[in-house]
Amino acid sequence: MNTRILARAMLCLALAAAVVWAQDPLLLNGAGATFPYPIYSKWFDEYHKLHPNIQINYQSIGSGGGIRQLLAGTVDFGASDGPMNDEQLAQAKVKVLHFPTVLGADVPTYNIPGVRQELDFTPEALAGIFLGTITKWNDAAIAGANPSVNLPNSDIVVVHRSDGSGTTYIWTDYLSKVSNDWKTKVGKGTSVNWPVGLGGKGNEGVAGLIKQTPNSIGYVELIYAVQNKLSYGRVRNSAGNFIKADLASVTAAAAGAAKSMPDDFRVSITNPAGKTAYPIASFTWLLVPGQISDAKKRDVITGFLRWMLKDGQQYAEPLAYAKLPREVVDKEMKAIAQIH
Amino acid sequence: MNFRSSWRKIVNAAMLSLTGLCALVAVAALFFILGYLVWHGGKALSWDFFTRLPKPVGEAGGGMANAIVGSAKLLLLASLIGLPIGFLAGVYLAEFGGRTFAFLVRYTTDLLNGVPSIVIGIFAYTIVVLPMRHFSTLAGGIALGVMMIPIAVRSTEEFLRLVPRSLREGAMALGASRWKMIATVVVPAAYRGILTAALLALARVAGETAPLLFTAFGNRFWSPGWGQPTASLPVMIFTYAVAPYEDWHQQAWAAGLVLLGLVLLTNVAARAVLSRGMFVHRS
Amino acid sequence: MATAPIAVGHAGRGWRPRALLRRLRSGDEIAHLVTLLFAGSVILITSLLVYELWVNSALSRHKFGWAFFGTRVWDPIFEQFGALPFIYGTLVTSFLALLVAVPLGLGAAIFLAELAPPRVSSALTFVIELLAAVPSVIYGLLAVFTLVPLLREHVEPFLRATLGFLPLFQGPMYGVGFLAGGLVLALMVVPFIISVSREVLLAVPGHQREAALALGATRWETTWKAVVPYARAGILGSVFLALARALGETMAVTMVIGNNPQISASLFAPGYSIAAVIANEFTEATGDLYLAALIELALALFLLTFLLNGLARLLILLTTQRGTSHE
Repeated sequence: MNTRILARAMLCLALAAAVVWAQDPLLLNGAGATFPYPIYSKWFDEYHKLHPNIQINYQSIGSGGGIRQLLAGTVDFGASDGPMNDEQLAQAKVKVLHFPTVLGADVPTYNIPGVRQELDFTPEALAGIFLGTITKWNDAAIAGANPSVNLPNSDIVVVHRSDGSGTTYIWTDYLSKVSNDWKTKVGKGTSVNWPVGLGGKGNEGVAGLIKQTPNSIGYVELIYAVQNKLSYGRVRNSAGNFIKADLASVTAAAAGAAKSMPDDFRVSITNPAGKTAYPIASFTWLLVPGQISDAKKRDVITGFLRWMLKDGQQYAEPLAYAKLPREVVDKEMKAIAQIH
Repeated sequence: MNFRSSWRKIVNAAMLSLTGLCALVAVAALFFILGYLVWHGGKALSWDFFTRLPKPVGEAGGGMANAIVGSAKLLLLASLIGLPIGFLAGVYLAEFGGRTFAFLVRYTTDLLNGVPSIVIGIFAYTIVVLPMRHFSTLAGGIALGVMMIPIAVRSTEEFLRLVPRSLREGAMALGASRWKMIATVVVPAAYRGILTAALLALARVAGETAPLLFTAFGNRFWSPGWGQPTASLPVMIFTYAVAPYEDWHQQAWAAGLVLLGLVLLTNVAARAVLSRGMFVHRS
Repeated sequence: MATAPIAVGHAGRGWRPRALLRRLRSGDEIAHLVTLLFAGSVILITSLLVYELWVNSALSRHKFGWAFFGTRVWDPIFEQFGALPFIYGTLVTSFLALLVAVPLGLGAAIFLAELAPPRVSSALTFVIELLAAVPSVIYGLLAVFTLVPLLREHVEPFLRATLGFLPLFQGPMYGVGFLAGGLVLALMVVPFIISVSREVLLAVPGHQREAALALGATRWETTWKAVVPYARAGILGSVFLALARALGETMAVTMVIGNNPQISASLFAPGYSIAAVIANEFTEATGDLYLAALIELALALFLLTFLLNGLARLLILLTTQRGTSHE
């Protein structure tokens, strides 16, 4: 063939080889939930500024992905919006420890032409809507809690998540607790067999569908609703009060659970006790192996965890994540010692 | 007779304008997409975007320098793996193939082409990442390379077949051996089509996200060498586009623009480099 | 499509040492061997892929057997998995995509190859090839923001008003659904058809056109009756490329298809496709059976591609190929 072409090809290859360069920082890889990605990227960046030779690289490939990669040993730590179940823990070669990092919540967001007010939802209304048993907006279950609102006699269009997600896990976990029908027919998980509705991909997909589809309702993460200025309703908690999701009510939800926190931190805080608690909230966890053979990596992880629990928490609220309650932080500090 | 010929003329004019309309639709679609990207992402394009590492949300000045380099590395590796295999297999099918074996190769190529990109990603994960116990640029490059193969094979074969028999016979008559004929006469004659195939294959994989999620993974920092996880434009676009922050959305659109720009540049460069010194036969 | 290689004279056969040495020195055997190996590697890679899919879906195959392909339920919680709605969705959207993309793509290719001046043609093709590089995510997002409202507010009501007697155009109109999925796919596969068809048309020898024109054909008649049939094989090749892309497309489809695993006659209804559900649920799937079921879906798609390809080849065989470039 043409030698000029060959020469050029060689040049390109040489350039390619030159792209390889050596570096010496300590690189840790973590994978998992998408929901806390903004705060985790903030934390790891801040930590890198404090310790320039430490690079913690976190990628949001999904809670399930995080768990699987941790079990396969391709990452140094994982992250998940739902705790690992016993089966998964049994598969791990070493014990896996759960460390709650921040709190988040799901909110019901809707688009009803002509309705500008904030709606109040009872647990029965939410369960009925998503089960498909309540089909019209002016149904008694919804109208009863909203006497001053003129709800139309239109069909409800339900929007849910199509991709597996911790957001869905939290939502279905709540519905399973407040509705026996939901628990037996659908259940809780990151992906479920939705009785009705359209599936949107990601919070973006759900919010997009709701914005465009009249008479629709769906659920998104609190951060997402706040950042995008979506209107969302209040939900009645177990004490009978209608609570709007915000940082205070989410922290209150965790506080109730904080007192009875199990040692492995695997707990669900949906529908908790507490007058001001928001009922659809959840922790998100970092999954750390209890045994780390590389001493340097172990120090990095323990060091980071300590920093996260003390200094890291201050970054949570500006990004619309709720901080961990005092008791949980103290308990976690003690649990760090289990990593050896 | 007169009516028939004017009818034919009308049909002629109508059909030809229809084809023009089709071309217009296709081009308009791309300009619409480009326009949208520029409109929404243009603000995020800055010197920082091309030279800085990503910053967490809320901090100004973040960029996608590592993703741009990462994508370039991945595409280079993918081309080095996918194009030679595709090209040589195409040559085999057009020049040497027997009946059954060639049929088998063609059929499997079509099958491979239809595999969803995420499945190829899973495949690369099981054969590269798991044994290495590490995500890496190498795994990502292999996944993308495998995706390039079917397009390269199919198109190379088609374009080689289009070279007229007279050209081949002429070369053989002058005493060229089989392989020499192929290498110096047939392939250069078909070079334009083969180049189209290569660039199309490259364009196809440049925007793929799913196969990279489990292979190249992603990286907020620079990725040294070929054995570490690396950031890439499609994955960054995906991560930022589904995040809650408007600032990140803008960066996602801007990254889309940059990706298209990268592909365009490669397109232009490849055509320019290879068009010189090549004998183009067009009958 | 002919499967025999282009026949040209051989340098002589024979296994006697001198003949063998002569052939080896001429490099033909080596060339044959090398290209054979690479062609074989394609089969090897694909077989390895299928093997991995087969092995990793074992749990699901043993549990559900053939019923997997006939069941409509997809329930990750109660671990009931069935592939039927996804197969249906994949077929419908891909078929719709080809229905729109092939005429559009072929028309554009004809224009670019036969009518447009060479420089304009090259420039426009450049531009169109860029369409293939647009990331799937961006297609999806754009479609959500522009195509879906357009469908819901204008196109679907129009279709209902004019063709509403067909079950294809009945039912509630959300904007998202099979129609949106098919249209987005059409746009994504059109560059392949245009690009390859144009090159193929350009390569048709001039004497074909000249002969037709000399007989008094109009420009269009020349193109349609003399040039396009000659390039038929190559054009069909581009359609294969397009079909494969449509079958395996994930991100863009999942954003506009509605993601509801149901089977409906209406194009307005939301649906689901195999690639979309794998992309959506794979990264979060935690149970072993769940994972195996998703991988079995990938295997199902493989089977689908296998059958569709076989069908298409049969079709081509039945409509014989005289007077094409494959003589």
